[in-house]
Amino acid sequence: MKLHEHQAKELLKRYGLPVPEGRVAFSVEEALQGAEELGEYPLVVKAQVHCGGRGKAGGVKLVRNQEELKQAVEGMLGKVLKTFQCQEGKLVSRVWIEKATNIQKEYYLSITLDRGLSKPVLMTSAEGGMEIEEVAKEKPEAIHMLHIDPALGLMPSQARKVAFKLGLPVNEFVKIALALYRAYMDLDASLVEVNPLVLTKEGNLILLDAKVEIDDNALIRHKDLEQLEDLTQLDPLEVEAKRYSLNYIKLDGNIGCMVNGAGLAMTTMDIIKLAGGEPANFLDVGGGANVEQIANAFRILMADQNVKAVFINIFGGILRCDRLAQGLIEAAKMVQIEVPVVVRMEGTNVEEGRKLLAESGLNFINAEDMWDGAKKAVELASRG
Amino acid sequence: MSILVNKDTKVVVQGITGKEGSFHALQCKAYGTKVVAGVTPGKGGQKVEGIPVFNTVEEALQETSANCSLIFVPPAFAADALVEALDAGIELIVCITEGIPVKDMMQVKDYMKKNYPKAKLIGPNCPGVITPGEAKVGIMPGHIFKRGSIGIVSRSGTLTYEASYQLTRYGLGQSTAVGIGGDPVHGLSHKDVIAMFNQDPETEAILMIGEIGGTAEEEAAEYIKSHVRKPVFAYIAGITAPPGRRMGHAGAIISGGKGTAQAKMDALKGAGVHVIENPAFIGKMVYEFLRT
Repeated sequence: MKLHEHQAKELLKRYGLPVPEGRVAFSVEEALQGAEELGEYPLVVKAQVHCGGRGKAGGVKLVRNQEELKQAVEGMLGKVLKTFQCQEGKLVSRVWIEKATNIQKEYYLSITLDRGLSKPVLMTSAEGGMEIEEVAKEKPEAIHMLHIDPALGLMPSQARKVAFKLGLPVNEFVKIALALYRAYMDLDASLVEVNPLVLTKEGNLILLDAKVEIDDNALIRHKDLEQLEDLTQLDPLEVEAKRYSLNYIKLDGNIGCMVNGAGLAMTTMDIIKLAGGEPANFLDVGGGANVEQIANAFRILMADQNVKAVFINIFGGILRCDRLAQGLIEAAKMVQIEVPVVVRMEGTNVEEGRKLLAESGLNFINAEDMWDGAKKAVELASRG
Repeated sequence: MSILVNKDTKVVVQGITGKEGSFHALQCKAYGTKVVAGVTPGKGGQKVEGIPVFNTVEEALQETSANCSLIFVPPAFAADALVEALDAGIELIVCITEGIPVKDMMQVKDYMKKNYPKAKLIGPNCPGVITPGEAKVGIMPGHIFKRGSIGIVSRSGTLTYEASYQLTRYGLGQSTAVGIGGDPVHGLSHKDVIAMFNQDPETEAILMIGEIGGTAEEEAAEYIKSHVRKPVFAYIAGITAPPGRRMGHAGAIISGGKGTAQAKMDALKGAGVHVIENPAFIGKMVYEFLRT
C-alpha cells in the first residue's frame, strides 16, 4: 500500500526523523490556514499524488506570499497531474505545504528488501534527487549497498562507515539511518525512501521528500495504517474489486479476462497478446472463490466500457468448475451481457460445470483450450 | 526415485482443525499420502477422521514418526508455526498459507539459515509438492498428475496444474512437481529444485515455470548453464505485465526495470534452455522435443 508524502513525513517524524515542518490541506482555506500556522514565507506547495516526477510536471511550487500560495493551490487541487512516471495521471485531492529548505547538497537514502538475500538493504548515494533506477543504470558504482542482519538490526558502526564515505555529518546521519530502519521494521514497510536527503546550508540533514510503502500482507496488524489509504489514487474498479477480495488491475485493451490464480491470470493476458489482442485487465478470482465473488468479478470486468469480448479461463483446482458456472449464471442475472463471452474450463468437476452452462440458456462460447479461447476472444472483440 | 516427497513421507498437518487444514489433510490422505498427525494448540487428543491431533509439533513427533510438516495456519500466526516445526526438528516444511507478512518470512528464513541449515522450506503461498502415485503434500488436484519422468518447478499454482495437465495429455508423466510459491521471501528457489532434479535419476527432463519479478529465474539460468545436462524447458508468465504493478503474487512485480519476462527469457535462452513462448503449447513442445 502506498502512502502520500505527507503521511510518510508525519509517520517518520514520530521516529525522530527530521522532516520540514508542514501542513496538509484539502482546500484553499485549509492551505491559507496552514500557511498562517507555519509563519513565514517562502513555503513549498506539493501536490499529493501516488506518482513520482512531480517536480518536472508542475506538482511542486515555491511560493513567496499568500497570493502565490493561493494561486499554486488552486492550480493543483481537483486537477489531474500527469508525470513522465504516470502517463494516465492522478487526481490531486490534497496538497502538502512546508517550510522551504536551503539546499546545499542532495543525497539518496532508502531501505527495502533484497529479495535475493532475503535481507533488508540500506541504499545510499551522493546522486540525490535523481531517480535511483537511473543512477543504478548509469552509475552503479555511485550506489552504496549495506545489507542488514534481520536478527541484529542496523548497527551504528555500519551506518557510520557510510557517513564517512559520503562525507555526511556523521552523528546526524547515524541517527537518521537507525531511526529509518526502526520505522521500516516497525511499520512493516516494503520501502522507505528519502530522495533527496538534504544537507542544508546551515549544515543539517533533513528529509526533503519521503516515500513509504507498506507490505499489504502486514496490514492485518496495522489497522491504523490501513485507514490512511487514499482511494482516489486507485482506479474505481480496482477499489470495487478489493471490496470482494478480488485481485483486479485495469489495463488498456478490450478483452476482459477472468482467471483463477495469479500465474494463470498473467498467462491469460500474455496469450491474448500472442493471439493479436490486448487484455483489458488482470483479474485473479483466487483459489477459493465463491459464487458471490465470481458474480461480482464478472460485473466489475463488464463495467469497463472498453471491453468488447470476455475470456474466462479457469483451471479448476480448489475452485471447482461447477461453482464457477453457478457464479456466471448468477452474474448473468445481475448484469446485462452485451458482449460475447468465451469460456475455457478444465479441471475439477469440469463436466458438471459445462453441463450447467449448456443448460443455462446463456449464449457462452465454449473453447477447447487456452489458445482456442484466446483466438476466439480476439476474433470476436475485433468484430465488436 | 523422485525428489522431496515419496511413499515414505509421513506428514503432520499444522492447523488441521481449520476449514482448509482439515479439508486438505483428508484430500492428501485420500490420495495415498501418509498423514500421521495433526497439530492445533489446545485441541490435543481430538481426532480428524482418525488422524490424531496434538497440542505441539514436538508431541506429534514423539508419538508418531512424522518427518514432514504441511502448514495451513492463518497468516498472522504462520511464522510462529514455521518456527515451531523447525524447533521440533522437521526437515521438510511445506507452507501453503497465503498472505504472510514479508518481515515475518524474512526473520524466519534468517533463523532457519542460521540454526537449521539442513531444513528445507517449500512456500509459503504455494500449492505444495506432489510425487504422482506416491505422495501429495499440498492442495493440488491429484487427478491431473501422472507418474513419469518430467520434473516441474513453478512459482504459480494454477499454472502448475495447467502445465501438468498438458503434459499428462501428451502421455508425459511427472517425477515430482514442486510449487515454490509467489512470495518475495520463500524457501527453496527455482535453482535449488532444479539442482535436485538434476541429481534425480528418474527425472529425465525439467520444466521450469517462472514469472516476472525478482531474479530467481536468472540465477537458475546461471546454474543450468554450468551444471545441467538434462533438457530444460521454461515458460515465463507476465510478458504483458505493466511495470510497478503487483500482479497478484507479492513477488510478481517489475520494479526499476528489473524482473521483466524478456530479461528472464533471454537469460534462459542463453543457458541453452528451451523457452516456450505460447503457454498453450507447453505439453506439445516438450513432447515434440523428447520424441525426436
